[in-house]
Amino acid sequence: MTLTGWAEIALTLALVGLFAWPLGQHIAAVFSSRRTLLTPMVGPLERGLYRLSGVESDEEQDWFSYTLSMIIFTAGCFLALYAIQRLQGVLPFNPGGQDAVPPDLAFNTAISFITNANWQAYAGETTMSHFTQMVGLTTNNFLDTAVAMALAIGLTRAFVRQDCATIGNFWIDLTRSILYVLLPLSILVALLFVFLGVPQTLRGSIEATTLEGARQTIALGPVASQEAIKLLGTNGGGFFNANSAHPYENPSALSNVLESWSQLVLPVAMVFAFGRMVGERRQGYSLLAVMTVILLASVLTLYHAEAIGNPLLTDIGVDPVGGNLEGKDLRFGQAGAAMFAVATTGTGTGAANATFDSMTPVGGLVALLNLLMGCIAPGGAGTGLYSMLVLAILAVFIGGLMVGRTPEYLGKKIEAREMKFVMLSVLLGPALVLVFSAVSVSLKVAVDSLGNAGPHGFSEIVYAYASTAADNGSSFGGLAANTPWFNATTGVVMLLGRLAGVIPIMALAGSLAAKKKLGRSEGTFPTDGTLFVFLLLGVALIVTLLQFFPVIALGPMAEHFLMGSGRTF
Amino acid sequence: MFDLVSGALRASLVTFALCGFAYPLAVTALGQWLMPFQANGSLVVDARGTVLGSELIGQQWNDPQWFHGRPSATTDADPNDATRTIPAPYNAASSGASNLGPTSKELEDRLLGAWKALDDAEPEATKNMLPADMLTASASGLDPDISPASAFLQVNRVAKARGVTPDGVSALVKRRITPRTFGVFGEPRVNVLQLNLALDREFPMR
Repeated sequence: MTLTGWAEIALTLALVGLFAWPLGQHIAAVFSSRRTLLTPMVGPLERGLYRLSGVESDEEQDWFSYTLSMIIFTAGCFLALYAIQRLQGVLPFNPGGQDAVPPDLAFNTAISFITNANWQAYAGETTMSHFTQMVGLTTNNFLDTAVAMALAIGLTRAFVRQDCATIGNFWIDLTRSILYVLLPLSILVALLFVFLGVPQTLRGSIEATTLEGARQTIALGPVASQEAIKLLGTNGGGFFNANSAHPYENPSALSNVLESWSQLVLPVAMVFAFGRMVGERRQGYSLLAVMTVILLASVLTLYHAEAIGNPLLTDIGVDPVGGNLEGKDLRFGQAGAAMFAVATTGTGTGAANATFDSMTPVGGLVALLNLLMGCIAPGGAGTGLYSMLVLAILAVFIGGLMVGRTPEYLGKKIEAREMKFVMLSVLLGPALVLVFSAVSVSLKVAVDSLGNAGPHGFSEIVYAYASTAADNGSSFGGLAANTPWFNATTGVVMLLGRLAGVIPIMALAGSLAAKKKLGRSEGTFPTDGTLFVFLLLGVALIVTLLQFFPVIALGPMAEHFLMGSGRTF
Repeated sequence: MFDLVSGALRASLVTFALCGFAYPLAVTALGQWLMPFQANGSLVVDARGTVLGSELIGQQWNDPQWFHGRPSATTDADPNDATRTIPAPYNAASSGASNLGPTSKELEDRLLGAWKALDDAEPEATKNMLPADMLTASASGLDPDISPASAFLQVNRVAKARGVTPDGVSALVKRRITPRTFGVFGEPRVNVLQLNLALDREFPMR
């Protein structure tokens, strides 16, 4: 670890904070129907869209209609994306002449992109046409992020309002996310990426002749526009197989900083927006404090683990001064790679600028832990906020049990009904990960897909389900995931992970919105101080991670100690 | 119910048009107009208009008179059997990595083999520890850079192949080191294609 490395990480995080705060104020204004800088330009477009779809701009929905609208919309997106992939052979913008995507892969990819996971069991440049990447995948990157943001805002409103049957209008929240936040940001960031060297062309590829006389076919495409929303929307699906390690997605050290920044800025902004909307900024700050502690601990551990290199390779004469460089591109440095890895697993983006499968056991473990926690530090754009709020309610409940008072969060009493929804949401992810991992390691059809043997292979399977259950999408790439078994199971896991995770949360929102808001009293447990931050941190770590201890011991920890004793597999 | 669905459908179509067509096509138009070099892939073109490669994309170098890049784990379809792949380093139409874990025997064997091959060819080069990037594969398989240490280690071989003293080549390498951006971001590195182009200009093969 070097001083410049730490400076790079500190500067990246400082830039995130600097921009996330005003962005958060903007988001709060947008969803509270207040005027913003963009309203003069975007307002007419917004109103036109409402007229077209027949939405009244003051029409509100209860939690059930809101959720039903979301499900219908998501189902429609799935059908559209599935159709585009199956028809890509006859659709335009196909300079590479790609055939239709096979049914199981198309199914998996469609589910993957509508749940914000962007798990890619395929290689972009050899499987998808430009039309599919642009109209199918890029569009869904906007839509699924907008859906997540709408859901988070719906839950936020439940704390703002009282005695209220409605939590907002899904179509309005969806439209506003796209028009006022995602599109403007994406246009700016996409152009910045082009400036830094990311290609943006409709050409398929170009033929080069090297100085030695060999031919090299260089794949091209409309990369920058996809890259921007891939990161800003915490989606993660890259244009190319190598994702953000590919020089055309991430050409330089500077573009890498922009990439890490882009993943973190919106999730953090959502937390600032939350504080603003509930009228108590300190509430947002305490959630952010917990996220920051987890993020910093992750970066410290991962950076260190990768920077000291692979002891097995050091033994055969490889200089450890550059750190573990297998599966890493030089231009980012170990600090840039570590910052990105933590940003991408902490936010739920699931992109990669270095291969997770080649990271040291401790490095890979940090990434895995963030996934097992459900990606809450800071989580995805929208998903992070609502996941953290669920944990906050759980923390308040546990705190209430400890001191013998009725738990309340932001003035809303937390009762048995709410706790049922919270527990459903919190237990689902772990159940999916453990059950599917256990079944897979017992089946030859799954074990045949392993790219590595021994405990590292075990980690490959656990990581796959941890990633898809949390709708992250990163992977230990050695696992051959484009098989019917993995396409089907990860598809099911992604779908359940998202939908079954979100429905209890929306029911929770409906329940909370209908309650009265209690005023602060002597007996109120403060949720905006250091004590609560520690409580929430403890709850987040213990409730989410303890149940995975056996799995972690068998995978990354076993590998770490065996590596130390010189064992290979 | 029908109103809900048809309204949603109409709004969705507009959103698809906006996000899937208007947005990428607008970025493409602006990018091509304002920044054509980057938008088209930062291509390196010689005086006759032949595309020699991209500044950003690594290439495979084999002959001793050139600086070599990192190992690359990219593959290509086997021409004899479409279901199998064969190694095809620096295949810019199919990026990828080895995905071998740190306790992988395959990884250790591969690196040991590469170390031995270098030891046979240039015994003086392996006296000290070798720079990690010289033996490890990148995540993209298309890394255009090598570390300065890697470059300096190759100076003797390149100078010998071109019939010049190592000092001039060493000085050239030193000039072509890209430092950290703003002194903070990334690591010092050398772009292999640009180094070889400069090498060919200053010390052409006789």
